[in-house]
Amino acid sequence: MNGTVEIEKTGILKMLKSRRLGNKVSPTGNILINLLFIICSIICIAPIILITVISFTDEKELLVNGYSFFPEKYSVKAYDYVITAGDTIWRAYGVSILVTILGTILSLMVICLYAYPLSRQSFKYKNFFSFFAYFTMIFGGGLVPWYMVYTQLIPIKNTLWIMIVPYLMNAWYMMIMRTFFKTTVHESIIESAKIDGAGEFRIFFVIVLPLCKAGLATIGLFCTLGYWNDWWLPLVFITEHKLYNIQYLMYQTLNSIQYLASGSAQFSESSKVLADLPSESARMAIAVISIGPIIFAYPFFQKYFVKGLTIGAVKG
Amino acid sequence: MQSKQGNTTIIKPSVNKGFFYELKKNWPLFVMLIPGVAILIINNYIPMFGIVIAFKRYRFHGNFINSIIQSEWVGFRNFEFFFKTPYAYQITRNTILYNMAFIFLGLVVPVAFAIMLNEITNKRTAKVYQSVMFLPYFLSWIVVSYLAYSFFSIESGFLNRSFLASLGIEPVKWYFEPKYWPFIITFFQLWKYTGYNTVVYLAAISGIDTEYYEAAEIDGATKWQQIRHITIPLLRSLMIIMTLLAVGRIFNADFGLFYHVPRNSGQLYPVTDVIDTYVYRALRNTNNISMAAAAGTYQAIVGCITVFTANFIVRKIDKDKALF
Repeated sequence: MNGTVEIEKTGILKMLKSRRLGNKVSPTGNILINLLFIICSIICIAPIILITVISFTDEKELLVNGYSFFPEKYSVKAYDYVITAGDTIWRAYGVSILVTILGTILSLMVICLYAYPLSRQSFKYKNFFSFFAYFTMIFGGGLVPWYMVYTQLIPIKNTLWIMIVPYLMNAWYMMIMRTFFKTTVHESIIESAKIDGAGEFRIFFVIVLPLCKAGLATIGLFCTLGYWNDWWLPLVFITEHKLYNIQYLMYQTLNSIQYLASGSAQFSESSKVLADLPSESARMAIAVISIGPIIFAYPFFQKYFVKGLTIGAVKG
Repeated sequence: MQSKQGNTTIIKPSVNKGFFYELKKNWPLFVMLIPGVAILIINNYIPMFGIVIAFKRYRFHGNFINSIIQSEWVGFRNFEFFFKTPYAYQITRNTILYNMAFIFLGLVVPVAFAIMLNEITNKRTAKVYQSVMFLPYFLSWIVVSYLAYSFFSIESGFLNRSFLASLGIEPVKWYFEPKYWPFIITFFQLWKYTGYNTVVYLAAISGIDTEYYEAAEIDGATKWQQIRHITIPLLRSLMIIMTLLAVGRIFNADFGLFYHVPRNSGQLYPVTDVIDTYVYRALRNTNNISMAAAAGTYQAIVGCITVFTANFIVRKIDKDKALF
């Protein structure tokens, strides 16, 4: 009895599959679509390839022939320079790494702690606090008062904190996390833990958070990307050179190619070295180094971003 | 059954006992909210009250609160001053026109791409295209400005030295010629976000029940008819909502795109200056903080009205998709 059902099922599946196979665009259409996407993919990737090639091009060649996808002479001098003499660069890289790690951890904590009470059906003020966060997405005071707050009210301008604090709370991520809590942790689990005598904090850290690892990973990656790619806060608040992060350093070097040399103590005096500096290729090398971690972590990023996107789309 | 009912009747009156009862009962939940509330107050709510700066002649008096209180009240004079400059019209026009173009292209291109990507016979290559086109989303505007520079640099850029030179065309001073920039700006906006938006619509398409297509096919519908009568109607509510949310933000420009990609070149301001970049420069370069605040307030208030209107319409279409 069971066997015939099984056979019938596979038979239907086969039929459906063959139908799906028949339900396809024409071969010509398929080729045209593929062609379009190949062109688009090239457009998306070509600029990244170009700056990578420039970073490996001989400096003299760049001055004579300009930027090209197929230079005549390659060189790793730019990377040599970045590795051996670029203390400005490594410092900025360090600032970026520190801010990203610290910022992601703190921000994840703030967001989760805020999202969890709002995910609880029994919490009476959840609507009020939801609105308290939403409202910041709708209305803001604008740049000037915001700038005043961090320079005059809480003067953390020119410290590491200014690159962390403003992004700690994000209403949009908080909403996604809240939906995550709501859908993965059932209220009855919390109730039974309560009956067993567990306190709210214990329930949150021991039961809820471990159940929501995927959500933590998603929001964590959002935050990581946000902190790593941030140039806005240094642009507004950082004037001290030793606190430049990698993005802001890149901004400065694109404006003045001499910046790299001027920041580096042992080189600023000898103008001979300055002349030898592979500046054009070196700044492209910094750009390549700054995208490096993103490319390496790309499979993770992509997976979790798509996940976050689909959760974000269904607001709970 | 009996005891359960008894329970609810006991709990019910206690629920309505007010804030302090709730605070006592659920204090750990309130403690959890403290860090987030603190950040929101510092980062968002205090600046909201700072809007009064726009109505004052701001002078620094020792500390922030004193400065706000003691600065002279000037009513709408900062706004008058701002709207009398030619920039007020220019930056408003640029912000709205660019955003309109972005909204239109950000709807049509990703939807078309998502539909086509879904139709590609070889699913693995489709995945590769998707991954490659999603990549630009992960790069910062600074990196994008480097990429743009490698093409547009006047002395050594790829376009001037390799492309135009091989065609025998004179090099173009890209960063000083406003006429090209509406296209360049729009191109980079599309370049960065098309992959992301395509993924959004692709996720929606993959959620469509295949039975619709099977039924349509049995009835002899062509591929084109299936797209027109099944896919697009089923995507419509997502399309409307994404568009309206973007319309709500029509007064907010992407600072990085308009500041870094044209490298803040003064000659390009007529076509690249938007409200956000103007306010930033007003704060930085001129010392007229109050006028910068007036421009920012103008943006905040008009922006708030557009968001509310858009949200009101979204609510009418699909309550779950509304922002609030």
